[in-house]
Amino acid sequence: MTTETQRAFNAADRGEFDSMAVRCAGLVKRYEDVVAVAGIELAVRRGECFGLLGPNGAGKTTTVEILEGLTVPDDGLVEVLGWRWGTGRDHDLRERLGVQLQETQLAEKLTVGETLRLFASFFARPRPVDDVIGMVGLEDKRHARVGKLSGGQKQRLALACALVSDPELLFLDEPTTGLDPQARLNVWEVVEAFRGRGGTVLLTTHSMEEAARLCDRVAIMDHGTILAMNRPTVLVDSLGAEQIVEFELQGELDPLALTGLPGVSGVGGKGSSFRLSVCRIGEAMPALLSELERRGLTIESLTTHQATLEDVFVHLTGRALRDE
Amino acid sequence: MSETRWTPAARGPRRPHPLVELTRARLVEFVREPEAVFWVFVFPVLLALALGIAFRSKPAERLRAAVERGAPAQARILAILRASPDLTVVELSAAEAAQALRTGKVDVVVEGTAPAAGSEGELLSVTYRYDTTRAEGRAARLAVDDALQRALGRPDLLAVREERVAQPGNRYIDFLIPGLVGLNLMGSGMWGLGFAVVQARVRKLLKRFAATPMRRSHYLLSFMLSRLVGLVLEVAVVVGFGWLLFGVAVRGSLVDLAVVSLVGALTFAGLGLLVAARPRTIEGVSGWMNLVQLPMWLFSGTFFSYERFPAAVQPAIRALPLTALNDALRAVINEGSPLSASFPAVLVMAFWGIGSFAVALRLFRWQ
Repeated sequence: MTTETQRAFNAADRGEFDSMAVRCAGLVKRYEDVVAVAGIELAVRRGECFGLLGPNGAGKTTTVEILEGLTVPDDGLVEVLGWRWGTGRDHDLRERLGVQLQETQLAEKLTVGETLRLFASFFARPRPVDDVIGMVGLEDKRHARVGKLSGGQKQRLALACALVSDPELLFLDEPTTGLDPQARLNVWEVVEAFRGRGGTVLLTTHSMEEAARLCDRVAIMDHGTILAMNRPTVLVDSLGAEQIVEFELQGELDPLALTGLPGVSGVGGKGSSFRLSVCRIGEAMPALLSELERRGLTIESLTTHQATLEDVFVHLTGRALRDE
Repeated sequence: MSETRWTPAARGPRRPHPLVELTRARLVEFVREPEAVFWVFVFPVLLALALGIAFRSKPAERLRAAVERGAPAQARILAILRASPDLTVVELSAAEAAQALRTGKVDVVVEGTAPAAGSEGELLSVTYRYDTTRAEGRAARLAVDDALQRALGRPDLLAVREERVAQPGNRYIDFLIPGLVGLNLMGSGMWGLGFAVVQARVRKLLKRFAATPMRRSHYLLSFMLSRLVGLVLEVAVVVGFGWLLFGVAVRGSLVDLAVVSLVGALTFAGLGLLVAARPRTIEGVSGWMNLVQLPMWLFSGTFFSYERFPAAVQPAIRALPLTALNDALRAVINEGSPLSASFPAVLVMAFWGIGSFAVALRLFRWQ
């Protein structure tokens, strides 16, 4: 542990400290020859929904599992609900957490009700199983075996297992990956209802849509580090763009020819494939088209969309998120 | 990761108890798995049935002798041997007889030969051909020789009274049933627990449990407890089957049998947890299971007495937990000995069971 990290951690204002559900600083985790987490610092406020956003392999899951006390970091400080892991209070701390892991397969032969009853028995003050089944909308599946549930229902059961502890802080690792749109919506509603009761959520996702809908703040992660952290709208605004215009040309063009165009705040790409960040689409489009016409270049294809977190990720890494 | 702590403050109005719930879930999962039920209950019964039939006590098995066709005095030898109640006699050519002897279809081949030159009267001369390493061969040779010598006038000098012993208690099936009970307790304990644990690890269920305040020892203990319920049925099925079909009686007390079975089941539950403590795949745990169980299949005297192995390795064989369990089961079922007679065996099992549970708890990999 560097003394700098220690100092930063200790120097935190005590008032702010108490309002934090999760704090970590200088977090490092190495696996053999890979550095999964390379010095992460973040803080999640109580009552907040915080998202870790990034492609597969960015280190999101490792980070979350360190925060959950399942993985011991090689370096760094972690504090969850004001307590540190490994200081003799782990048992009490786990009582206050709700955890949903990526890809946990619950026992297939047990029913929904039996599974929740089992999880409830681990906690000193669990929520009644019926309540939790109602929260995730699985009332009519109570006696169905886990193996017979659809992907979306299994995911809601995993959420129910996390909620049965009546947690203050909920960790969700890729809660909607692989689900169809309706099932995702169901999960989001459960998470929003939990937040509505004052709960704190830390989730990971590689869906920009999910992060934008659920999260108050997101941290964009890549290669074990945080590239940017803020409210989703602030991150999108930081691009200085309302719209993203992507186009392909027959023939090639020097990117410099595009930088001076009115309404264009950024230029990406080279050769025949470009990506413009545009703040005033009404001015930029005519200017772009006439510039291309003047140079005798033909457009192969052109798309335009509202700037999203996805564009922020591309801007920060030069790679598309979903290509991973 | 630090050890979880039990604080009285966290107790609260805690019902139902996690240990009870874990055990219950474990049993529910088991009975909903038809294959598991087959391997634990049906398979040992089928095995006992097959072996019981194969090795049933037959009414005084007859020895098989072949007489070579075309040899001198063939008709005379045939007539004498056919009169013997102990022998089944066939007439074969020299080539057929050699073949039958080689494949074990006959136990001895008798070839009449011409009396040696200069011998007196009608005396025959014969050659016995048999495999000296087979007990049946040696017995058949004696029976044939006895019949021929007597028929030719050798007097019996000794008055003999025979008593035949083939009562329940001394048959192979009596030896086998306790061994099968022991083997079954080992198999279901080790495979049952090993697979369930590794499967939960592969499916990341162990990691999920580790993220709750569940006490880790509760999880492992629930496996031991679920074995208690299973063992009652397992032992009852095999012992009951042996009693009904083959008349294999439990000569000792049923309480002693229950105690020995209990200790045995817990021993192998502990070993199963130990073997399953680290592997990350089903293939991995299967290899270890086989490695651990194979020596006991071979040496622990389930199918034949381990006394047949050299004296030098006897202490090692007796130190194996299955040997101890089989010995204790046979003492109760076959000999009707009190539990105190099996104290050393129980001690050996307790050593393995407690030791492996303690080590498993330390080594256990939760993710």
